[in-house]
Amino acid sequence: MGQNVFAPWTDPAAEPLIRFQNVTKRFGSFVAIDDLTLDIYEQEFFALLGPSGCGKTTLMRMLAGFENASEGRIELAGQDIDGIPPNKRAVNMMFQSYALFPHLSVWDNIAFGLRRDRMAKAEIDARVDEMLKLTRLESFARRKPHQISGGQRQRVALARSLAKAPKLLLLDEPLGALDKKLRQETQFELMDIQEKTGTTFVIVTHDQEEAMTVASRVAVMDHGRIIQVATPEEIYEGPNSVYVADFIGDVNLIEGRATASGEDGYSIEWAAGQPPLSAQSKRPFTDAQRCHLAVRPEKVAISHDRPEADNAVEGRVLDIAYLGNISTYHVELPSGLVIKAQAANTRRIARRDITWEDTVWLSWSASAAVMLAD
Amino acid sequence: MRRWVLIAVPYLWLLALFLVPFVIVFKISLSDVALARPPYIPQFSWDDGIWAFLRELDFENYIFLTTDSLYWKAYLSSLKIAVFSTFLTLLVGYPIAYGMARAPEEWRPTLMMLVILPFWTSFLIRVYSWMGILSQEGYLNQILMWTGIISTPLTILNTNTAVYVGIVYTYLPFMILPIYAALDRLDGSLIEAAEDLGCSRFQAFWLVTFPLSRNGVIAGSFLVFIPALGEFVIPSILGGSKTLMIGKVLWEEFFSNRDWPVASAVAVVLLLILVVPIVLFQRNQQRQAEAEQ
Ligand SMILES: Nc1ncnc2c1ncn2[C@@H]1O[C@H](COP(=O)(O)OP(=O)(O)OP(=O)(O)O)[C@@H](O)[C@H]1O
Ligand SMILES: [Mg+2]
Repeated sequence: MGQNVFAPWTDPAAEPLIRFQNVTKRFGSFVAIDDLTLDIYEQEFFALLGPSGCGKTTLMRMLAGFENASEGRIELAGQDIDGIPPNKRAVNMMFQSYALFPHLSVWDNIAFGLRRDRMAKAEIDARVDEMLKLTRLESFARRKPHQISGGQRQRVALARSLAKAPKLLLLDEPLGALDKKLRQETQFELMDIQEKTGTTFVIVTHDQEEAMTVASRVAVMDHGRIIQVATPEEIYEGPNSVYVADFIGDVNLIEGRATASGEDGYSIEWAAGQPPLSAQSKRPFTDAQRCHLAVRPEKVAISHDRPEADNAVEGRVLDIAYLGNISTYHVELPSGLVIKAQAANTRRIARRDITWEDTVWLSWSASAAVMLAD
Repeated sequence: MRRWVLIAVPYLWLLALFLVPFVIVFKISLSDVALARPPYIPQFSWDDGIWAFLRELDFENYIFLTTDSLYWKAYLSSLKIAVFSTFLTLLVGYPIAYGMARAPEEWRPTLMMLVILPFWTSFLIRVYSWMGILSQEGYLNQILMWTGIISTPLTILNTNTAVYVGIVYTYLPFMILPIYAALDRLDGSLIEAAEDLGCSRFQAFWLVTFPLSRNGVIAGSFLVFIPALGEFVIPSILGGSKTLMIGKVLWEEFFSNRDWPVASAVAVVLLLILVVPIVLFQRNQQRQAEAEQ
């Protein structure tokens, strides 16, 4: 590609905008954030993914200034932010609950932060109108929050947090209540804003597709810890653990024991009486080490005849899920394991030749699978 | 039929407990004082018929109220005392309600109990006990002299100050409870959002917390203002001879002067004065109910 790729995290000289150093947050004896270390760089679009209750909101609230770390240090632009009140931070947050002021109109909600900055009235008017246009709320400006729909409220919350053009914007599930089309449009809008303003975004989302679309990097969290931080491609193609592989997207997991065979190559004993599977891994595995092989369904080919491939297994079609553009085949192997394979429906009718109860071959290349230690 | 009964019950209630007494009082206010039993004429008798009776009624007493400056001075003074003591109650009550709403969840029932607890004893006894606190040799003066803040006892009892103390003390729960209810419902993340958008704690209070508790403040203020305006016990017990309140005037007309017609006229005018705030109060309640839907 030749052009300058945006990847400050690969540059050891780059100064992060946000730096979490061994941060722990306890609520009583409950550990919500557990010894977390993380750098986020300026102009990043950083996505936090993880199951409910894993500490995403807590992490955001520490950045916004509503919670103090129990241990460790949080830096914003090189400055320790411990004890700095929320109104003194160049950070704005969009709340998961929106937190719109019920006694103020949509217009006044958006203008609220600008007024605190003692901006000139004409400037405020212009800025609010700009935000209304961006979020397509022009016709609702005079309404109170209880007079608009859930999705519209979410857009008001978004507009209000964007209005001040903060250095760091925290978005806690900003697009959850929007329909798919509006969500996609808003995602691109956000990316556009981010490119234009250079604002750093940290976004919490339950929607992996969203994280993949908008984020420069994704962090997968679990129980207050960060399991993996990487670009969307890396995290999808090269998850570092079974947890991440399983959490991001659909995946087939095959358990087995690894034996080295050639450079970076391993053969994996996975079922009695079956030929071993071959896979590659940059991470070293000792002989007979237990491992999981993670293969994405779209990397598994399905056919009637045995193909020429690094790995091929035979099974019986259990179920076919037709998803429009693709179909997912659930194939049961003799060992009882069910493997999913995806095929694009390029012809109008899904691959008619493969149907329920058929005996089929599944195949994938050695480089398609990722080897993961337990 | 059942529906009709359901609708009729509250109206019958109103009729029996409000409208009938009001009509009786209004009728007396149109009569003339007399040395009789009851002490006014005319008395309705079946022999003379209704017209003869009605012809005797007139608005003389109301005209009399406008001629003697005592009455309108008493009304004005009552209004002043009621407005000022409502304001004082708000000043004292708001921080208490705010503190209650901010207190840890497990304390709140106890705090609520403490606010309601005074109602468990007689109102009269509680007002009397303030005499023991506020009098020349009362507890307050004893403490102030003992700590050396003052050297001669303050005269508080039998002044308007004592009346204010009494009203604020008596009606404080009526102010606290509606404000607490409003503050308790307030979503804490709104304050956080305000701070996030650049408000100091203080600004967040004035721009978010206070406006959102406005309905509670209005409800509490009316609940204090309305009974305070016609208050009779507190000014009689704690107030002095100079404390002029319409409730006291009313009592004196009835029981000292035995002038029932004038006393009734005073009562009817007081009611008319109260109708305005009561209607405003109802409207506020209604609007609040609508906003919550
Ligand atoms: N004030 C608090 N007191 C006690 N526990 C808390 C508090 N705030 C959060 N927690 C706990 O900390 C954990 C993390 O909460 P957090 O709100 O960060 O989750 P989350 O990842 O944002 O979840 P979700 O996706 O459901 O929003 C949860 O188990 C929660 O119960
Ligand atoms: Mg959350």
